[in-house]
Amino acid sequence: MPLDPSFIGRSYPPTAPYEVGREKIREFADAVGDANPAYRDPEAAKALGHADVVAPPTFPFLVTYRAAAQVVEDPELGLDFTRVVHGDQRFAYTRPVRAGDRLSVTVSIDSIKSLAGNDILSVRGEVHEASGEHVVTAWMTLVARGTAGE
Amino acid sequence: MATSISYDEVEVGTELPARSFPVTRADLVRYAGASGDFNPIHWNERFAREVGLPDVIAHGMFTMAEAARVVTDWAGDPGAVVEYGVRFTKPVVVPDDGAGAVVEVSGKVAAKLDGRRVRVDLTATSAGQKVLGMSRAVVQLA
Repeated sequence: MPLDPSFIGRSYPPTAPYEVGREKIREFADAVGDANPAYRDPEAAKALGHADVVAPPTFPFLVTYRAAAQVVEDPELGLDFTRVVHGDQRFAYTRPVRAGDRLSVTVSIDSIKSLAGNDILSVRGEVHEASGEHVVTAWMTLVARGTAGE
Repeated sequence: MATSISYDEVEVGTELPARSFPVTRADLVRYAGASGDFNPIHWNERFAREVGLPDVIAHGMFTMAEAARVVTDWAGDPGAVVEYGVRFTKPVVVPDDGAGAVVEVSGKVAAKLDGRRVRVDLTATSAGQKVLGMSRAVVQLA
């Protein structure tokens, strides 16, 4: 069964804040093999005009992916997670994520389409700091293979 | 923002330094731990084959992170990246053969935008296959 298009526009409650730690940023930068000092050394980050070490551009996915679980696991929507692949990913940054941020994500479903037997779901995550400041918007497309044609 | 690259010195067609990124199973295990994405298709060959994949594949977000380095290494300041998006077109297959895979990334300035920004288009391939499509970053230059 194709996914119910009435879910388009649905928003989920903001997630509990995720506190970004310097060592988590360092661990992530190490994991992608990136030696940029702005990810490790607060003084190097300050020299670039940042208040503390910043995170690599794809780091926000750590919080938006967890937040998107609300959609993926929504029993009313009924997405078959075992068939889901990540189709595309995009970020628009107001500023880079930095150590000390307490990030909360508000997830919405932007679109649901059926194409060639696949359900294609576009999910948007608006990421705000606890102060209310917008940090980044992340869009992800999830493709559920072969679910729309049954 | 404190990139050292001046908008005035960049033209459409300016190439960014290309990079080759080796990817081993150990890299994927480390990325799984750091990112919290423990999907077994990224570390368990038996599971990957059971779901129809040729072998263990890299996390798409790992490949996206590697491709971003061509932009952030060029700009110097990671905060200069104001937009970044990719489409995951083909998986990066990472065999357990002591060598793993290699992702080759190149980039060039595709458009000069308002506000001293440029759009950089990236190309990422592995084993001769394009692994990212529509891979674009908007970068704030000085």
